Amino acid sequence: MLEDRHNIKSWFYLAPALVLLGTFIFYPIFNAFFLVFLEDYNYLRGTFEGFTLTQNFRYVLTDPNFHLAMGNTMLIAFVSVPLSVVIALLISVWLNAVPIKRLQGFFQTIFFLPYVTNAIAIGMAFAFLFNQHYGLVNWFLGLFGISPINWVGLRAGWGTAMFSLLVYVTWLGLAFKIMVFLSGLQGIDKQYYEAARVDSASRSRIFRRITVPLLSPMIMYITVTSFIGAFKAYTEIIGMFGERLGPAGNDRAMITIVALVYDALDRSGTTGALSEAAAAALILFGVTLIFTFINMQVSKKRVHYG
Amino acid sequence: MEITLQNLTKVFQSKKEDEVVAVDNLDIVIPSGKLYGLLGPSGCGKSTTLFMICGLLKPTEGRIFFGNEDVTPVPPEERGIGLVFQNYALYPHMTVKQNIMFPLENIKMDKKEGLKKAQDIADLVGIGHLMNRKPAQLSGGQQQRVAIARALVKSPRVLLLDEPLSNLDARLRLQTREEIKRIQRETGITTIFVTHDQEEAMSISDEIVVLDEGVTQQVGRPQEVYNKPNNLFVAKFLGTPPINIFDGRIEDGRLIIGDANIGKFEAPDQEVTIGIRPEGFKIAERSSFQVDVEFVETIGRDTTLIIEHPNVETPESFEDPEDDEDKVDTSAIADEFAPDTDDKDMDFTPKQSIRSAKTFRAIVDADYGVEPGDTVKFSVKPHKMHVFNKETGELVKPDA
Repeated sequence: MLEDRHNIKSWFYLAPALVLLGTFIFYPIFNAFFLVFLEDYNYLRGTFEGFTLTQNFRYVLTDPNFHLAMGNTMLIAFVSVPLSVVIALLISVWLNAVPIKRLQGFFQTIFFLPYVTNAIAIGMAFAFLFNQHYGLVNWFLGLFGISPINWVGLRAGWGTAMFSLLVYVTWLGLAFKIMVFLSGLQGIDKQYYEAARVDSASRSRIFRRITVPLLSPMIMYITVTSFIGAFKAYTEIIGMFGERLGPAGNDRAMITIVALVYDALDRSGTTGALSEAAAAALILFGVTLIFTFINMQVSKKRVHYG
Repeated sequence: MEITLQNLTKVFQSKKEDEVVAVDNLDIVIPSGKLYGLLGPSGCGKSTTLFMICGLLKPTEGRIFFGNEDVTPVPPEERGIGLVFQNYALYPHMTVKQNIMFPLENIKMDKKEGLKKAQDIADLVGIGHLMNRKPAQLSGGQQQRVAIARALVKSPRVLLLDEPLSNLDARLRLQTREEIKRIQRETGITTIFVTHDQEEAMSISDEIVVLDEGVTQQVGRPQEVYNKPNNLFVAKFLGTPPINIFDGRIEDGRLIIGDANIGKFEAPDQEVTIGIRPEGFKIAERSSFQVDVEFVETIGRDTTLIIEHPNVETPESFEDPEDDEDKVDTSAIADEFAPDTDDKDMDFTPKQSIRSAKTFRAIVDADYGVEPGDTVKFSVKPHKMHVFNKETGELVKPDA
């Protein structure tokens, strides 16, 4: 009896969270699984005309836009994540070695600033850096006699646009990684370094044999979450290219899976668009799952948990 | 490899701009192939000295010689030293084998040769069967041996041990200290170790130096230092149970505690501090040193009498080594960076004050059958008694 009443009470306590999670997380997820097997959504009536097992997947998988989106997404994930992890690792090791505490704090703040800055604002700043006529990048290249390149301007090519995007995404990912690595580094007992010095280990060996293994739980955590984040890249594209999803005149060149899903939702008046969005989202979900699983398997062998 | 420390001085600049002299003008010669103990209470500069010898700390002044070579400017990686840290600092992600191999890989030794060497050294310290374990899977004593093996494997010129036994339990400590002695004898490597435990230092060192506040108090063979302390500090620091300290005086060539005549002592009349080892008392028929026994502890063949006496000097600032060991497990360097923070307060261990401060201990043969409340008369063995200047604490020698 008493237990029953406790039960009811506890459901009330849970209710606010459950309602919010249910509305915005659980229902959409389950709904996506349904949508994928439905056909011909009627926007006006809000109903579907029929069922299908594979039609939506088949449609998405043959859509050239999807191919481009998948390619872009993978490229962003597999270039920007490893690159930013390595760069962040080097920067944090360097930061950790700054002998003056106050200076270290100063640099730490600087490196962390991007994390608290709006990604859209940074995207616009980067777009300007890569501006053909006034951008710092072309000015810098000009010092070496390289003529201005149309990175992200009117009818800029996929290659230059993607390069600019990758630079921006990599840079954007640094702040958080540096912070996590730095706190990890500061948790490593200094005696290991003293012992390694006495054992005549070179600096590069200390980095590879002591620092990286002892930091491996952090590196693993950052790698897994960054890959998941990169698979969902969207804000970054909007930040740099706006809703055109690419340089003017080369629209959608930088489209990603999530951008494709949004795009489809935008056209939800069109027959089939909603189911397409669901199919694309589920494919992304599957890809993310597989890569996370692979990451975890690697970590079992490579990561040392204190 | 003979090691010479010449005017070695280390000054730490703390934040509030006051300087802390951790090591003050140290001049020691550490003989080749011997086991040498640096002994002193916490904050005396012994670990700082060790870290200067290994090169992780730079001396403020003075020089360090390995044989004839001046190694003062040489960085630690080129000094050819093996160092065993207080908490061993084994790399947690490497197996025992990888830990021992690490120094060899750094000097690019051939892998086959290295493996053989690692196995030999592991067998020497008795962990040859544990090569594939991780440090976390080892007991404290085993970790200690791995640390020693890692330090020895590259055939260092000098082996340095920082409080090697402080992280072990009492029984393991006894076993390990004999082990260290054995390993040192078998390898013949000049070994320096740091300890605050006088018993440890006395039991295994060939020679010890007693330090206090960065200043050498006495150098010599352990028994010699115990039997002939240079000053009150050394007398008080060595020996368990500690030496008994009395207020006394010299009068007409006699040594007096209170009203009692302790013995002849030819020196100018003066107030003095008299130290008498607990084993320095003999129950005697005819003596004016008469006391009432308060407590009696009989352990095996010895009986310890605990006696109240108005002339016992209040013991100050001496830690019970057993208690202290649990406390000192922080990094040795950190410990030394702040030599006068809370160390001094902590040295007043409660154990000392459980009994009224005005008591002393005498160890006598159990056959006497002394009971609490008895009145006994003591005579004092002259060689167990030391007389010190009341102000300076320096030894007062009888006139020849």
